[in-house]
Amino acid sequence: MSEDVRRLAAGGRIDRDQALDFVFDGRALRGFAGDTLASALLANGVDVVGRSFKYGRPRGIVGHGAEEPNAIVEVGTGASCVPNLRATQVELYDGLEARSTGSSVFQRAVGAFGRLLPAGFYYKTFMSSPRAWMAWERLLRHAAGFGRAPDAADPDTYDRMNHHCDVLVVGAGPAGLSAALEAAGWGARVLLADEQSEFGGSLLAETRTLGGDGAAAWLDATLAELDASANVELLPRSTVSGYYDHNFLTIVERRSDHLGPVAVAGTRERLHRVRAEQVVLATGAIERPLVFANNDLPGVMLASSVSTYVNRYAVAPGKSLLLFTTNDHGYRTALDWHRIGREVVAIVDARENPAGGWVAAAKDSGIEVIARHAITEAVGRSRVSGAAIAPLQRNALVGASRRLACDLVACSGGWNPTLHLGSQTGVKPRWSKSAAAFLPGDLGEGTLCAGAVAGTPTLRGCLEQGALAGATAASRAGFGSGRTTRAAPEVDEPSEAPTGSLFLVPHPKRVSRAPRQFVDFQLDVTAADIELAAREGYESVEHVKRYTALGFGTDQGKLGNVNGVAILADVLGKDIAEVGTTMYRPSYTPATFGAIAARDVGGFFDAERHTPMHDWHTDHGAEWEDVGRWKRPWYYPQSGETMQQAVNRECLAARDGVAIVDASTLGKIDIQGADAAEFLDRVYTTGFRKLGIGRCRYGLMLHEDGTIFDDGVTARLAESRYLMHTTTGNAEVVFAWLERWHQTEWPDLKVYFTSVTDHWATAALVGPKSRTVLAKVCTDIDLSGEAFPFMVVREGRVAGVPARVFRISFSGELSFEVNVPAQHGRSVWDALIDAGAEFDIMPYGTETMHVLRAEKGFIIVGQDTDGSMTPADMGMDWAVRRNKPFGFLGDRSLDLADHVREDRPQLVGLASGDGKTVLPEGGQLVDDPERPPPVPFAGHVTSSYYSARLSRPIALGMVKGGAKRMGETVYCPLADGRVLKASIVDSVFYDPKEERQRV
Amino acid sequence: MFRIRCPYCRELRSEEEFSYAGEAHIPRPEDPSSLSDAEWGEYLHTRTNPRGPHREMWVHTAGCRRYFNVLRDTLSYEILAVYLVGEMPPEREEAR
Repeated sequence: MSEDVRRLAAGGRIDRDQALDFVFDGRALRGFAGDTLASALLANGVDVVGRSFKYGRPRGIVGHGAEEPNAIVEVGTGASCVPNLRATQVELYDGLEARSTGSSVFQRAVGAFGRLLPAGFYYKTFMSSPRAWMAWERLLRHAAGFGRAPDAADPDTYDRMNHHCDVLVVGAGPAGLSAALEAAGWGARVLLADEQSEFGGSLLAETRTLGGDGAAAWLDATLAELDASANVELLPRSTVSGYYDHNFLTIVERRSDHLGPVAVAGTRERLHRVRAEQVVLATGAIERPLVFANNDLPGVMLASSVSTYVNRYAVAPGKSLLLFTTNDHGYRTALDWHRIGREVVAIVDARENPAGGWVAAAKDSGIEVIARHAITEAVGRSRVSGAAIAPLQRNALVGASRRLACDLVACSGGWNPTLHLGSQTGVKPRWSKSAAAFLPGDLGEGTLCAGAVAGTPTLRGCLEQGALAGATAASRAGFGSGRTTRAAPEVDEPSEAPTGSLFLVPHPKRVSRAPRQFVDFQLDVTAADIELAAREGYESVEHVKRYTALGFGTDQGKLGNVNGVAILADVLGKDIAEVGTTMYRPSYTPATFGAIAARDVGGFFDAERHTPMHDWHTDHGAEWEDVGRWKRPWYYPQSGETMQQAVNRECLAARDGVAIVDASTLGKIDIQGADAAEFLDRVYTTGFRKLGIGRCRYGLMLHEDGTIFDDGVTARLAESRYLMHTTTGNAEVVFAWLERWHQTEWPDLKVYFTSVTDHWATAALVGPKSRTVLAKVCTDIDLSGEAFPFMVVREGRVAGVPARVFRISFSGELSFEVNVPAQHGRSVWDALIDAGAEFDIMPYGTETMHVLRAEKGFIIVGQDTDGSMTPADMGMDWAVRRNKPFGFLGDRSLDLADHVREDRPQLVGLASGDGKTVLPEGGQLVDDPERPPPVPFAGHVTSSYYSARLSRPIALGMVKGGAKRMGETVYCPLADGRVLKASIVDSVFYDPKEERQRV
Repeated sequence: MFRIRCPYCRELRSEEEFSYAGEAHIPRPEDPSSLSDAEWGEYLHTRTNPRGPHREMWVHTAGCRRYFNVLRDTLSYEILAVYLVGEMPPEREEAR
């Protein structure tokens, strides 16, 4: 069929002067400005737009909006390609490239043996055993889904905007526009969002008059008024995608998708985050298809879609129309078709005695109306060529069928309100027998529904209800009296008779034998599948959904769900109300990752924290380790060095000479107040009351269940002032922990906490020569061992800057941790490096820090512990004082029966059996590697390194009952089949008498 | 996403500023050492987990950093009351 036949010579909202070239599946085609990809494809006679998901059947365009299940396309190429778009919602632009999805070779092949795929096929076949699934998975992963993800980073920018408005109106059809007019008239701040390129909704394809004028004239005047209102913001091309708690909604605005594959300037999409006082849902309704045999043939469409293509896009998707309806509204499509001079074969109406105004109009136009009949089966190969109709009484066949020739079947089974957003809030839709539809449930004080979404059938009714909803919403938000201020325009519309209920058209053969009667087009779910699921014992609609995949597609069953629920209800012998419907979830239509992420990408998403000495580390070639948000030097490789060689060099410098490490990231909390000591006593395992001023003490912080969650050294700076150090990653957690106990349990204690982590820069000088180096830049503190012993803090000046110097050590060596105000961190670091130059001072990173502490058996909370270890498990009873007057958090739990078991995993040292191989961290330990599985678990390796100082590997691990197993052997089986041997040794490998750090 | 009125800042703010801090009104036992393992375990682990109004603690993490109590319906997510630590929730009628 050639283009001129499909495209009408006049009418529609397209611009015939602006031709647009585009490519679909490699074919060069032409459309006009104002077309969607779908209308342009129909105008070009493209009937088959893809293959179905499960059976590989040819599929054509069914709908004209968000509901489209078949025409799922991929638009653009390369990095800016977007998969999973509905052709009905893609605006045409010049040069657009699109491909159909869901037509893989696999799917075509599946189509050949489609008979073998009943409901639950996937479970029954692929999950028949775990082994079967492993084999199938690779093939299925390749074939599943719609389209391919782009293979390169998106070149476009996306952003996000927050709104606070009085009234958010969702949908700019007749009801939404009326609501916005009234709410804005009362002075409320109104946000009006609509997913289409043009505002107007159904009015864009309306042929009736409003207020005596064409619908387009009323629409233009209304939009002009809203546009001129300072308190109204209009968002076209904006899908309200999610409705969350407390009237929080998200809107995805497509800002440049209609102009080209890549945004020329500005952002491609924007996510609006809206907090609305009131929400008016005017989301309209989607026509319900009719379920009959072969109803998926290309050329079978929704009646409203046929009308929309004719009236809005000036496209006639066929020559001879057969209309199948259960309601008066559908007759309008036959009248539209008749008006453009095409053949209406007949109107097949399932009702007993159709008699409304549209029915009369159709008869007046000479159209044959065949009442009490149904289309039982569509006929054709890759396009419908006819249909079998048969007489119907009380939804049962009562006579022989006959065949009518046609190339287009328009269906109208009634209307399904677009209630997805309301359902997203968790409120279940309710079945209305009179409307023959699910309607939104009670959405509460903050939400109003207006128009077709509320089941209102007439245009006049939608206009009036919208206006009232707008006035009511404004009033609830504090604007006006709630009365409407203007009369709705007169609409010339006849009365309509009630909609008939027909959810599954009977076929001469029974459902399981009849040609497929499709309920969900996108996932190929048929009436027989639903019947089978019910017969196999599934009753809950949620279970049937998961068993048959009904409504599981990217369209969330916008077309099929209600028919599916009704068919299930019929099979189960229940009411539709009793069966209910499944819940809808955000997003209403698929949203891009770009819109969701917005500017939260790269460094904006994962912000880096840098210490004041960061640039120095960069300049000196540091490799980095991420610790929480911090960037910490990992090691500093010199030219040609491997990581191990660099770490060995750094370790030896710290043990034999002098080395320096940036410890600024350690959490620091300033604690002041008369009860500071009492408070510390309650949160740490150790005691702080009797700690002398200027002295430091190590402590473990426990959860109430007795497990270790942080450790660190706290110094007493003054009578009622302490400085607490936390681990780098836990600074915020510990700070919140202290606040929590103070505010909720012990508000009587006079104590205050201030996080000072970022206020200070810390450089730790480590090694036997550290005292000599520090003495060169610090002259006002006596650094001798007698005057400034281990675990003491002194204040003075370092390199001319006021400093706190701590004699604490995480390496087991003589060490001075120099703290200076952060702004001086870099200059003091430089001064220390200069002072140490003559002693070959070596900067070191976190890896060397870890090796040094492991040689000493010092634990790292979170590496050697995993949230289940008590102090006793870690051999740290020495750090627990059980006789404090108040006790401490977690104290009681240390006596729990389970915590005093002797076979709990306990910290031990592990010496490599061959003296050469480094055990893998995380390696599992067993007592007997020869034993057939299941092998009892003896423990695991928590830390493991090569020690340059000791010239052999060292490791720490947790071994069941390990404290009493010194000298015994355990085995570490590896994935490659090797089994490493290790002996259990003391966890302190170096300087067990702790002499070096005390000199 | 909730909106919570911080009783200290006296403003309706977005949930993103707050952190949940567990069930409220679980006082730490006065003398833990006098409790049996079972009694202590009750304090450590047993929570009410109701369907309906739930008394819970929240902290205004990205605001004043104060802890306070919230009475929240776990079904409708309606915030029925906000009150200070140490206080009891107001009668339901007052809360509305």
